Amino acid sequence: MLERERVIDNPLNEKGNNNKPKSVKHNAVLATILSIIFAGCGQIYNRRFFKGIVFIILEIAFIMTCGDFINLGIWGIRTLGTIQGVDHSIFLLVYGLISIIMLVFVVAFYILNVKDARKQAKLIAQGWEPPGLRESIRIGYDRSFVYWLTVPGFTLLIFTVLLPLLFAISLAFTNYDLYNSPPRNLLDWVGIENFTQLISVPIWKDTFFSVFSWTIIWTLVATSLQIILGLFLALLANDSRIKFKKLIRTILILPWAVPGFVSILIFAAMFNNDFGTINRDIIIPLFGGDGIPWLSDPFYTRIVLILIQTWLGYPFIFALFSGVLQSVSKDWYEAAEVDGATRWQKFRNITLPHVLFATAPLLIIQYTTNFNNFNVIYLFNEGGPAVQGQNAGGTDILISWVYKLTFETNNYSMAAAISLIIGLLVSVFAIFQFRRTSSFKQEGKI
Amino acid sequence: MNSKMKSNLEVVGIYLIFTFMAVIIIYPIVWAIGMSLNSSTSFYSSTIIPEKWSLVHYKWLFTDPNSDYLLWYKNSMIVSGCSAVFSVIMTSLVAYAFSRYNFVGKKTGLYTFLILQMFPAMMAMVALYILLNLVGLLDTLTGLILIYVGGQIPFNAWLVKGYLDTIPRELDESAKIDGAGHMTIFLRIIIPLAKPILAVVALFNFMTPLFDFLLPSIILQSSDNYTLALGLFNFINDQFSNNFTRFAAGAILIAAPVSILYLFLQRYLITGLTAGGTKG
Repeated sequence: MLERERVIDNPLNEKGNNNKPKSVKHNAVLATILSIIFAGCGQIYNRRFFKGIVFIILEIAFIMTCGDFINLGIWGIRTLGTIQGVDHSIFLLVYGLISIIMLVFVVAFYILNVKDARKQAKLIAQGWEPPGLRESIRIGYDRSFVYWLTVPGFTLLIFTVLLPLLFAISLAFTNYDLYNSPPRNLLDWVGIENFTQLISVPIWKDTFFSVFSWTIIWTLVATSLQIILGLFLALLANDSRIKFKKLIRTILILPWAVPGFVSILIFAAMFNNDFGTINRDIIIPLFGGDGIPWLSDPFYTRIVLILIQTWLGYPFIFALFSGVLQSVSKDWYEAAEVDGATRWQKFRNITLPHVLFATAPLLIIQYTTNFNNFNVIYLFNEGGPAVQGQNAGGTDILISWVYKLTFETNNYSMAAAISLIIGLLVSVFAIFQFRRTSSFKQEGKI
Repeated sequence: MNSKMKSNLEVVGIYLIFTFMAVIIIYPIVWAIGMSLNSSTSFYSSTIIPEKWSLVHYKWLFTDPNSDYLLWYKNSMIVSGCSAVFSVIMTSLVAYAFSRYNFVGKKTGLYTFLILQMFPAMMAMVALYILLNLVGLLDTLTGLILIYVGGQIPFNAWLVKGYLDTIPRELDESAKIDGAGHMTIFLRIIIPLAKPILAVVALFNFMTPLFDFLLPSIILQSSDNYTLALGLFNFINDQFSNNFTRFAAGAILIAAPVSILYLFLQRYLITGLTAGGTKG
């Protein structure tokens, strides 16, 4: 960075020292216009021949290879196909999105090209002499290095995250379902019809509101329970009177170490109504009766799900808090004791603020992950048991409902509409919360 | 005297709580191990301590011609291994750029990463299916790896960037004065100092594919390409061969080494997460 500035500045300074800067007849406006007409022309006018020719070749290559594709894509995303049975709306939609992404990059490149031509033309007009070919390649490498670093990652990100997301968002505004699916039928843009259906058609409305309220309860209760249990156990394990700390810690961390996928399936078997060990070995011998319908009564399934998530989730919080607790200075507690503070006051005013301050972003992430915790819900009971009068199971949260709509009933548009709502809710919540925590503010400044 | 007794009672209470927790934690694990050692294949006859101990299910997994367990194991290792290696490379490059350079769209990029993490991965599943189909990577391990590596970038780039920000810039500056180029600084200074957080990234990206069943269930179709999680899930999900004991055996064989590894590494995981995620 430093060297680049020196290269640009020095010639100017030398000239400036001699006399007034020598004015060369060189028109910045002309360079700008030329570079707008065709990328690279401005650079050639600036006598940066190598750069100019590279730009021209790039633009010609782009028009030759991608022109037709972009044309097709833009037409495709606008109309989603016109001839039934020939045009495949979904492919056209994907082509269209790829074209739009490509265009964004091309426009960005073009703007840079125009800016570059204009800036250099101005410098030349003031009497600056451009560096030689070898020198400018070196400078070019220096300045573009950061882009080479990020290009592989960004390319992959665009195709595996951004493009699929844009695709899903677009689907929410089409009428793509089992009965209206390409290549047999053409899709249409339907605006916000899916969203209005979701809040006006009775079966959708009932399902949506019951699933939504359970999702909120699930997120709040399960996450808070795991945080409270984790904090509680961390405080106990941190007590100076306790021995065998290492053993206790290892056991308490165990649920985190065992892969969640495996533990959930084991729990599903343990809570099986007929042959699960909970009913057969604990409930029936102790309380008699036929056992509790863990998997067929929504109420019990919900209770069990929350307990299982607490089991799965507290060890991470426990480990996190244990680490932070050790960093709280002993002096503070001693000072508090001198002032006659009770144990609760010490906890409330020293421990809690310290622990929460240090871990706030990670705790927020816990809430957002649980909001979308598909694995627990689906692997335990596939969102079941079924409930009359709605098309989601009794324990389905929004994300597992989306899964069912997509892969079981193939109602793609509605699934996309619901997941768009999920995404918006979660990101608004998260951004709002992150902005409030100080660590993010530091991050934003850099 | 009174206060001493109160203190003792408290200690006893704490130990009681720990014992209670230990039972809740260990019971399912012991139950699953008992299941896997049970010689029958159904639940109905099984008890927590099997009447007839046998390793028949373990033997079946490895020797039976119908068992694809070793093949799944190999597939899982390929997917997890590649995903871990390429994730570390991609993420460290991107995080280094975000931590040390100024470039067009840096701030927008950071915010985009943050928001991208929030959108459920499920949303993208249909699109990923169609895209992979379009480029002919459906039902291949390569396609699966590409998606894992791409999908982890937003979260892990934040994490690693947070960590790199804590490495003093004076180190780069002085290396630059000594004539080190961009790549030298990155490889010889940044990477060695960022080893702890890169280990965390590698571990995360090894574990996630190992026990993810959702994405493979959408992308992989032929049983030759199954990963462990998908194959094991089908042991119980498949209505014609509802076979929990076999699942238990297969799951324990993979969960045991992973759990032990986790127990050893959890301290570093936590340090890495708090250093990168919160900047204390």
